[in-house]
Order: sequence, then C-alpha cells, then structure tokens
Amino acid sequence: MISLLNPIQMLGRSTLDVIQKIGVSGLFLFRVLVRRPRLYRSFPLLIEQLYFVGVLSLIIIALSALFIGMVVALQGHNTLQRFGADQQLGELLALSVTRELAPVITALLFAGRAGTALTAEIGLMRATDQLDSMELMAVDPLWRIIAPRFWAGLISMPLLTLIFDMIAIYGGYLVGVKWLGVDAGSFWSNMQSSVDFQMDVISGVIKSIAFGFVATWIAVYQGYYTVPNALGISRATTKTVVYSSLAVLALDFILTSVMLKGW
Amino acid sequence: MAIADLQTSVHNVVFKREDRLIFDDISLNIVKGKITAIMGPSGTGKTTLLRLVSGQLKPTKGKILLNGENIHRLSRSKLYKARQKLGMLFQSGALFTNLNVLENVIFPLREHTNLPEAMLQDLAIIKLEAVGLRGARHLMASQLSGGMARRVAMARALMLDPQLMLYDEPFTGQDPITMGVLVQLIKRLNDALGLTSVIVSHDVVETASIADYVYVISNGKVIGQGTPQELFANTTPQVKQFLHGLPDGSVPFHYPAATYAEDLFA
Repeated sequence: MISLLNPIQMLGRSTLDVIQKIGVSGLFLFRVLVRRPRLYRSFPLLIEQLYFVGVLSLIIIALSALFIGMVVALQGHNTLQRFGADQQLGELLALSVTRELAPVITALLFAGRAGTALTAEIGLMRATDQLDSMELMAVDPLWRIIAPRFWAGLISMPLLTLIFDMIAIYGGYLVGVKWLGVDAGSFWSNMQSSVDFQMDVISGVIKSIAFGFVATWIAVYQGYYTVPNALGISRATTKTVVYSSLAVLALDFILTSVMLKGW
Repeated sequence: MAIADLQTSVHNVVFKREDRLIFDDISLNIVKGKITAIMGPSGTGKTTLLRLVSGQLKPTKGKILLNGENIHRLSRSKLYKARQKLGMLFQSGALFTNLNVLENVIFPLREHTNLPEAMLQDLAIIKLEAVGLRGARHLMASQLSGGMARRVAMARALMLDPQLMLYDEPFTGQDPITMGVLVQLIKRLNDALGLTSVIVSHDVVETASIADYVYVISNGKVIGQGTPQELFANTTPQVKQFLHGLPDGSVPFHYPAATYAEDLFA
C-alpha cells in the first residue's frame, strides 16, 4: 500500500509545488509591474539596463542574423532553382525571417546572452546579501533592481528582432543576389509584393514582445529566488535558458496558430 | 526597566524553519544607548535573530517591538519607514560591487533624499572619515580587504543616521589589528552618535570588552545573560563551556550520529 501511495503522494506534492511556484512568480511579476512610477529616478536606471541587456546583445544577434540570412538564401536558392523559381528567393527569405526566424532566434539568443547574465547578476546579489542590505536601507529591490531589468528586456527584444530582420535579409541578399546571381530587381520586388506589413512584420514584433516578456520574467525571477550559493546560481542560470527556450517555442506555436487562423 | 528605555524588545519569540525549531520562547531587551551582545555557538540562529528584529523574517509566535511598534504588524511602507532608523552591518559587508566606495556610502541617501550632489558627497566623506577610509573613496568594492569592506559598510549604514545598529559577526575572519579597529569603532560610534547597538558574535573577548549587556543563546534558548563580568562568573556548564572555549561539554563536539564502530564496520 505504501509503495503504491508514494508515487501518488510525490505526484501530488510536485503538482502543488509547481502551482505554488506559478503563484509566487505571478505575484512577483505583479509587484514588479505595479510600481508607482518615479520617472526621474527610474529613467537613468532603465537606460543603464537597456545598454547591458540590449546593446551588449547586439553583436551576437547581428552576427547570427547575418549567417542565418545567408544560410536561408543558400538553401532556398538550392531548392527553388529545381523548380525554376529562384526569383522567389526574396519572398521566401523575407517571410521566413520576419514571421518566424527573427523573433524566435532573437529570443533564444537573448535568453542565452542577456537572460543568463540577468539571472547570474541578481543571484550573486542575493548570495552576497546585496538585496537584503538594500531592503534594510528601505530601498525596495523589486523597484531598484528588478523593474529596470524587466522593462529593459521587454523594450530591447522587439528592437533586436527588427535589427535581426534587416541584417538577415541583407545577408540573404549578399548570398542570393551578389553571389548566386539572382536578379536584384525580382529579389526586392517579389519581397515587397509578398510581405504584408501587418501580417508579417508586425506579427513578428508582437511575438517578440511576448517572448521578451516571458524570457525576461523567467530570468529575473530565477535570479531573485535563487538558492544563495554557487550550486544554486548555476542551477538558476541553467533553468533560465531551459525554461525560456521551451516557453518561447511553445508560445511561438500558440501565437502562430492564433495569428494564422484568427488575425 | 521602563518601557521608554527600551529600543527593541523580543517577547516570547518562537521561530521554526521548516520543521526545525530555531528559537523556543526567547525573550530579550535592547536598552537605548547601550551595546548589547548576542553570543552563542555557531548555528544557534544569532543571525536569524537579527533578521527577525529587522523584519526580514517573521516569528512563528511572539512579537518584536521596535520603538514600541510591533515590526511584523507594520504595513510595507511603515516597515520601510522604520528601517530608515535602523542600520545593519552584514558579515560580508554586502557592498554593491558595481559601485565604488563613495557611491556605496552615498546610496541610501541618494535613494531617500533629493539633496544636491555636492552635499551628498560631503556627507559621505564625513562618514568615511569617521571610519578612517576617506582616502579609499575611489576604490571599487572588489579592491577592498574584508576589514575595509566592513568599515565602508558601517559608513553606509550610518548614512541615514540610524537609532539602532545591528552588527552581524563584525569580527569574524579579521586580523588582530583590524579587529581592534572595528571594536573601537563600534564603541566610539555608539557613544559619539548616541546609537543603540546589537552585536551578534562568537568572538567572546572582543565583544565582551565593549558590550554593556550580553545574552548567550544555545539550542534556541537564552542560557545566560548579564554584564560581561556577571557572565564570566557564571558557573552554568553551557555558559562556562562557551565563554572559556572548552572543546567538549554540554555543547557536544560531535554531531549526533550512530556509534563510530557501527559506521566503520557496517
């Protein structure tokens, strides 16, 4: 009887743990979002975090975008050429980049670069009592530390996605037009006629805002509630990447199905 | 003792962490203007007691009055107001690693006031002069030794002119010179600024040299209290063992375990 009950008990306990964690992270997010704005103090903190979270992620995003655009053009050209449709390369490239590749890969790279940095930084602040000392100086760490990082992540992601869009398309242009000899006129005109600003570009940006929200929330939450030792911080940073990546991919499926069916 | 003389009082506090009982009906008084030491073996929850007093942790039972107010009944905004009258020195110093010494010291005042930059800097330099580190104001936190970091943290804790200073193991891991400096600094600041100080420590000689009153805690209870002289004359085995550093006694050297033979020949 005991051996039969134990797995059931464990399942019940882990389900309750998961529900409790969702509740705690929801309350945490609520407390971060519902802050009385103190613009003259918050703005410099936000700018500083935009630099750390957004600007410092630019190089990895830009380089990845360039290579991904080049690879998509290469693969696309190879396949389209078989059907004599290589003039459609611009359309293929722009649609795959703006709808899917830019928001998803930017979010995955963001989780790996900025998300882990946020978790490790906040986790180390927890482990070295910096957050506690701030509380004892009557300064709320959720306002001073978490909120600027959260908003910076949310603002950075769509901007990084748009930059990814542009660089990936330029990378595809370099390979398709300059190297493989696709006609520049048909490359750009097919792209222009097939890409719908709202359906493709804006929906990609909306996705990126949702991904930025989730990825930054996971990163700051994991950092804030880390177990304050080396193993705890290491686990928290790993969880940030794993949870953010899974959340982004799952959310991408949900958003894509909503956008394609009901936009 | 008149209530007006009390800065802080802990009334019948019980504190449990998960299933472990940390404090079992503990009571103590912190008198205004005095240095009160809380001593006891490692792992007895001395730091936990400071966290209870500062409102970071909530007792399972009992109450803690800070200036007559139950700190755990205060709303968040009132708790933050109350904390502005409270300074705490963490064992690690807890300096912000992305700021230099001067910015660390200015931090609390910058957050709570709109004073001009020049005035903030002057006030920070005055506090740094008090702890002897005015010349180190441009160093980053990572460039400081442990003792210097604690002195900077002390200057930072004093920035809001607190009424109550809480020191968490201020002497641990310090060389004799730094320890002497810290001992004198705590005493001098307490007397000069009219503070009330609570020192949590297991450095018996240093703490007893400046404390007005000492509580010894072990196994979740107060096992001895009095002036340092009274405590050194205390013959209770546990108090005697702790104050004289005897390796084995009522506080056992060995963590509870099966017999040695059982473990070796199992």
